[in-house]
Amino acid sequence: MITLEDLSTGYGSRCVASHLNASLSPGRLTCLLGANGVGKSTLLRTLCGFLPPMGGSIRINGTDIRQLSRKEMSRTIGVVLTERPDVPDMNVEEMTAMGRTPYTGFWGSLQGKDKEAVKEAMQMVGIAHLRVRKVHTLSDGERQKVMIAKTLAQQTPVILLDEPTAFLDFPSKVETMRLLKRLAHENGKTIFLSTHDLEMAIQLADDLWLLSKEGLQSGTADNLSANGSLERFVSCNGIKFDAARKVFYLS
Amino acid sequence: MKKLILFILMLATVALCAANLWWGSLDIPAKAVWKILCGEDIPEHPSWKFIILENRIPQMVTALCCGAALSTSGLLLQTAFRNPLAGPSILGIDSGANLGVALAMLYLGGSVTLGGLSLDGYLLVIAAAMAGALGIMGLLLLISGLLRSPVMLLITGVIISYVTGALISLLNFSATEEGVHSYIMWGMGNFSGISLDRLPVYVLLCAIGLMTSILLIKPLDTLLLGDNYAANLGTSIRLTRNALLCCTGLLTATTTAFCGPISFLGLAVPHIARMVMRTGNHRILMPATMLTGGCLALLCNLCSTLPPNGSLIPINVITPLIGAPVILYVILHTRKQQA
Repeated sequence: MITLEDLSTGYGSRCVASHLNASLSPGRLTCLLGANGVGKSTLLRTLCGFLPPMGGSIRINGTDIRQLSRKEMSRTIGVVLTERPDVPDMNVEEMTAMGRTPYTGFWGSLQGKDKEAVKEAMQMVGIAHLRVRKVHTLSDGERQKVMIAKTLAQQTPVILLDEPTAFLDFPSKVETMRLLKRLAHENGKTIFLSTHDLEMAIQLADDLWLLSKEGLQSGTADNLSANGSLERFVSCNGIKFDAARKVFYLS
Repeated sequence: MKKLILFILMLATVALCAANLWWGSLDIPAKAVWKILCGEDIPEHPSWKFIILENRIPQMVTALCCGAALSTSGLLLQTAFRNPLAGPSILGIDSGANLGVALAMLYLGGSVTLGGLSLDGYLLVIAAAMAGALGIMGLLLLISGLLRSPVMLLITGVIISYVTGALISLLNFSATEEGVHSYIMWGMGNFSGISLDRLPVYVLLCAIGLMTSILLIKPLDTLLLGDNYAANLGTSIRLTRNALLCCTGLLTATTTAFCGPISFLGLAVPHIARMVMRTGNHRILMPATMLTGGCLALLCNLCSTLPPNGSLIPINVITPLIGAPVILYVILHTRKQQA
């Protein structure tokens, strides 16, 4: 369980969002929605531990993440970022195996259980057949799956993803979201991702976090729709939300 | 397969070491070389023993260490900056050494007295190159603490190179003809400047740099994915980057101080190693880079003795012949990949 308590995020001396309160539960897929510039990436980077909180705290099972060592963090949170690691000469298996880094010894050699974890991770996301393909020869969708496999090999209870569906075509978007949902439900992982795909998030996510200038609102799509939060969230430029059918339309 | 290639590289290194002892401006039969190495005398040619022990062995060891050191620092920088065209010269470390040497040769006139310590000739050049390179490295360490982005650090290195280049031009402009000549000669690079008694210091400094680089293998692998992924996998980015700068600084300063600014090896060899090994894994790539670098430097040293009249071709005339095609290949290959 991850809890945000009166969290303020930002970088340098600039505060981007403040007084954020919400929580993430194991076994659930949560999507973070918000307009550009509202602080989605900053919040995600703060959750990843890349940026220190400017105020308040983030607790994982009661422990403030500032108290976790680098090693403990690397065994707790796995990330998939927007930056594409462009490593020539690295194949799918080697990339997945990078997830084992927090567990390997001084030289980073893989032991039996590491190899087993890598194999299992590749099977879980369905890329075992691409094992020896070089990562840079893969399509965007396949590449995203490899990065997800890397976090699975990392065996962290929490997986955070920054816009994992951003560069994908529609079928790949759906496939990736379904995969993440399955991983959350079947493996009990806490999966949290930021996205701009509003309708897909509403249909597939277990919980939504709506980040706007007014603050952060969280809940299931039904709850947020019932209390009018979703409607308010998108009510600009003539876009309306049909709560019954969970779709947006132009008025 | 990769282990087999590493083994072949090792054999090639040994063969090239042997060739460097046997081949030279003066023909010495292989049998006589072997006898001298076993400690025997050749009574009819007493000078042969001197040539092998005092000239060819130091030259061979110098080339081997220099090749391994420069190539390794090139590999470290290419990984740290995720830039295939990064090399020891791009951060301005060797231009710092150049400036130090230019100051010593052109401004101080080749000798200096500090308190009771008097430095001149060769020793002054080494001290000046070390001071220049380590000074720039210190500056980079300081700046890397302030700048988070590796690209900014790379740009800082390029700017440093321009500034030192301008200062060197100024020094050249106002220096004596003799000073300019000796500075130009130093700048051409050579492996024959280290005598047997100075060799241990050089080898020790290279060994420290190479050993420390080997200790960085695991964090280097994670850096391939980018700073954020590396941090998420538990790597301390600042510690690794500083350790890496110290390593490259030491290796570049040592080789530049003792052999002059050797061009292209640091930039080209890691690419050759990648082409041969087809992996990004530093556990394989680093030893392969060290061996390939050693082999190429030994080969360059052999080529430098080709003129029949006994004179040596400067090393920096030979290294671009190997380096330039490799860099062209890398640029074309990268373009093809992006397309």
